[in-house]
Amino acid sequence: MTTETTPEATGTAAPDAALLAIRDLHVTYATGEGGLPAVRGVDLTVARGQIVGVAGESGCGKSTLASTVLRLQPPSATVSGQVLFDGRDVLAMRWGELRAVRWAGASIVFQGALHSLNPVHRIGAQLAEPMHIHQPGLDEARVTERVAELLDQVGMAPERAKSYPHQLSGGQKQRVMIAMALACDPELVVADEPTTALDVMVQAQVLNVLSELVRGRGVGMMMISHDLSVLADLCDRITVMYAGRVIEEGPADQVFAAPLHPYSGALSAAFPRVGDPAARFAPAGLPGDPPDPRNLTEGCSFAPRCPRAAPVCLHDEPGLVAYDDRAAACVRIGEPDLEAR
Amino acid sequence: MTPEPSTGPSNGASKGHSAELSTSGLRVQFATRGGRVARALDGADLVLRAGEVVALVGESGSGKTTLARSLVGLTAPAAGEIRWEGKALERSGRGLKRLRRQVQLVLQDPSGALNPRHTVYESVAEGLRIHKLVSGSGRTEAELVAQALSSAGLRPPEALFLRYPHELSGGQRQRVLIAGALAVSPKLLIADEPVSSLDASIRGEILALLLKLREELGLGVLVVTHDLGLAWNIADRIAVMYLGRIVETGPTEEVLTSPQHPYTQALLSVIPEVERLEPVVLTGEIPDPTRIPPGCRFHPRCPALASGEASGVADACRGTALPILSGDPGGHRCSCHLVSSREVVSS
Amino acid sequence: MTDIGAPRLSTRQLARRRRAASYRRTWKAFAAKRSGLVGLGILVFFIVVALGAPVLASSRGLDVTLANGPVLGPPSSHYVLGTDENGRSVLTLLIWGSRISLFVGLAATVISMVIGTLLGLVSGYFGGWIGRITFRITEWFLVIPFLPLAIALAAVLGRGLFNIVIVIGVTSWPSTALLIRSQTLSIKERAYIERAEAIGAGRWHQMGRHVLPNVMPMVFANTTLTVAAAVLTETTLSFLGLGDPTHTSWGTMLDSAYQVGAITTGSWWYVIPPGVCVVLVVLAFTMIGQALEEVLNPRLRARQ
Repeated sequence: MTTETTPEATGTAAPDAALLAIRDLHVTYATGEGGLPAVRGVDLTVARGQIVGVAGESGCGKSTLASTVLRLQPPSATVSGQVLFDGRDVLAMRWGELRAVRWAGASIVFQGALHSLNPVHRIGAQLAEPMHIHQPGLDEARVTERVAELLDQVGMAPERAKSYPHQLSGGQKQRVMIAMALACDPELVVADEPTTALDVMVQAQVLNVLSELVRGRGVGMMMISHDLSVLADLCDRITVMYAGRVIEEGPADQVFAAPLHPYSGALSAAFPRVGDPAARFAPAGLPGDPPDPRNLTEGCSFAPRCPRAAPVCLHDEPGLVAYDDRAAACVRIGEPDLEAR
Repeated sequence: MTPEPSTGPSNGASKGHSAELSTSGLRVQFATRGGRVARALDGADLVLRAGEVVALVGESGSGKTTLARSLVGLTAPAAGEIRWEGKALERSGRGLKRLRRQVQLVLQDPSGALNPRHTVYESVAEGLRIHKLVSGSGRTEAELVAQALSSAGLRPPEALFLRYPHELSGGQRQRVLIAGALAVSPKLLIADEPVSSLDASIRGEILALLLKLREELGLGVLVVTHDLGLAWNIADRIAVMYLGRIVETGPTEEVLTSPQHPYTQALLSVIPEVERLEPVVLTGEIPDPTRIPPGCRFHPRCPALASGEASGVADACRGTALPILSGDPGGHRCSCHLVSSREVVSS
Repeated sequence: MTDIGAPRLSTRQLARRRRAASYRRTWKAFAAKRSGLVGLGILVFFIVVALGAPVLASSRGLDVTLANGPVLGPPSSHYVLGTDENGRSVLTLLIWGSRISLFVGLAATVISMVIGTLLGLVSGYFGGWIGRITFRITEWFLVIPFLPLAIALAAVLGRGLFNIVIVIGVTSWPSTALLIRSQTLSIKERAYIERAEAIGAGRWHQMGRHVLPNVMPMVFANTTLTVAAAVLTETTLSFLGLGDPTHTSWGTMLDSAYQVGAITTGSWWYVIPPGVCVVLVVLAFTMIGQALEEVLNPRLRARQ
């Protein structure tokens, strides 16, 4: 039992062996109306061969987190903290080193991947592009071979390399995006909502592909989604974000089945389990809307919507507290429910 | 006719066909590039009544959205019949307008479905103005708009009258869309993917709203979705669609806890965190609606056929087409050769 | 049901206030662009000149029989911009000419916009044979070379002020129609049009309440650019001798200047002032139009 407050020390791999270690990351966007704090002090670790899930909704900062791993945030944004990829800080890297890391070290499967493919180029050409950039000496035959390999790995026929994006279905395009992310044999893959717009069956296929690829090759993966059940199925550990901060972290099945923080509980209940009689005619949701990063309230950012908010919650923003192998940021964990709403 | 809330789930008159929208043998086709015909909807019998929530479940390409749109006349059927309150639907401008007064469709994307230049008041009042519901109701237009917004959970309604859609959150926009549908006091509401574009934590509220509309206003609701969990959450009955046909239908609890059709079984098995069933991930994509397989349209991907479980009826699966599943609201029915053969054996 | 009571201001009044506030915001955004303000300033100047023509220069200065200045006299203390071949003051001609040039430009634009918007809307919104026929008509007019058509029409109609207006209006609507049509086509696919249909709206309701208001911003921006083109066109046609001989416009001035060989005699005061005025007016409208387009199309604005 540890008493330190950093999740790194609460059960994930030791920091030196970590493939990705994000430490106290703060990202603030510059807008016409002042700063927009998207990420407010996040710690996260991903070890080799480990799948870490990041759960949250719009405005929680998860996409910003993903793009910061490859330093893809807009130049006007203010960033502080460290993003250690294999021990080297991405945020402090020089351009040459960063370029090498981008795609060959770590790659991203973007949200809205359905629109990320260039409609005027064939799939094969787009898959070959990262290879041409990072391995310019590779001869064409080898590239074509590799493209066919990649398509096969995501369950698509090699002939598909000649198709244009509009000839593919949503699930197929998503798989092409995954194949593209693997083109340069990265050590880390960041998947931002990879299955959000997909049907259940296609989602299962894509998750299978991701899981096999990750487990089979020892790649580390950071998977972002608002669907806690998908994360619970696939990931080893889950980090839940709200309003730019981590509010819960722990082993995936525990976070899903027995969440500590009320928000994780709400997120878990939002996707009811088929077969659970308690979920019949009892839709569970939170009042209000996800917080606007421009208008964060004093105290706990979740308090306005929290069913267990107490007066103290309106003043102090709770820090992340460790509970064995887990951590959560809520002062009311363990207390009896004094004010049931 | 003054809109009034009902006290029980069904507020229909004593006529057997009151407030009932039914289709029989409905088919919708689209011509595609290349001259082929896509049979988006290939024969569906469905019955919707006031006071119950029906979930129409399927993946993309299953025809569920096409069916929903045909029900309000947005898509013209190639064959088959739609009946409202026992009478066949007139496909004239007037007939459709009359239908749309009673059956309202709430579209999928709340940010696109509201005219960005109209205020919330104007969007909600539009239905009232088109159907001229204000005169004769004994209330002012503003009162009716406020009532509709309140019923959709937006309180105080006046605070939103003059807002524009881009000033609202996703959940609020969805509620405004629902309010716009409620303003004309329909008997049936058809909601196409009502929560799929909303954040997870606010889905519950919108779903609770739909349930409340059934309880308090006696509305019938058809929810079109790909999310089985949603169906489990709020639906009384469920109809599972595949490639233009309804393949299984019945009370939600029965269908989702003891699914009969191999497709339903596969769908349930792959839902994350549903541990009861061994995951059966179907290979391939949903086939092209321009090239529907002969016999049972599911047979190329059917795990029961592939595993040999259905070897007894394999010829029927590959060659004999299945009849359209009856739309009768009672009972749990399934359109599958294997299941029918078992029933014959057991009866 | 809750009684909402009487709000302090009725919904109509509140809506009117909101609209006024939104106009004010649009104006502020427009005023923030220097080019728009400069254009507006120039335009206002010319409008004042045109409206104040009777005050600024007596209409008798236009009468050839009363003219007693030197023939093609250079600028002097008496005639600030010199005289034309009839001895009339060029300045007087310029001031009165502004009326005709602006009038023809604006009137022709009204005709052009009305025809263009109507046909654009119809061909964009209606499918089937109505849409196809209107589109074919638009295309047909678009393809016909403008100048020969204008000359032919002017020859048929004869020279006259209103005839010029008609000629310009009838030949310049196709590009507007094309623009409006493509905008209508894209708006037609929007989800809120479908929602209107699902609520029970008929076609005319959809067109009037949903399509048209969303097309209007483009119509406005396009109008100002069309006026610029119309003024230029009038100048061109008048220069070619198709203008109304009884009314002086900047174009007819240029025509007369050409006829009497003003350039070869070096009578620059007859040629340059009308040319400069046309350029300034066209520039003014173009600047306003571009500024308006940026203001009314938020996507362009966001890129800055």
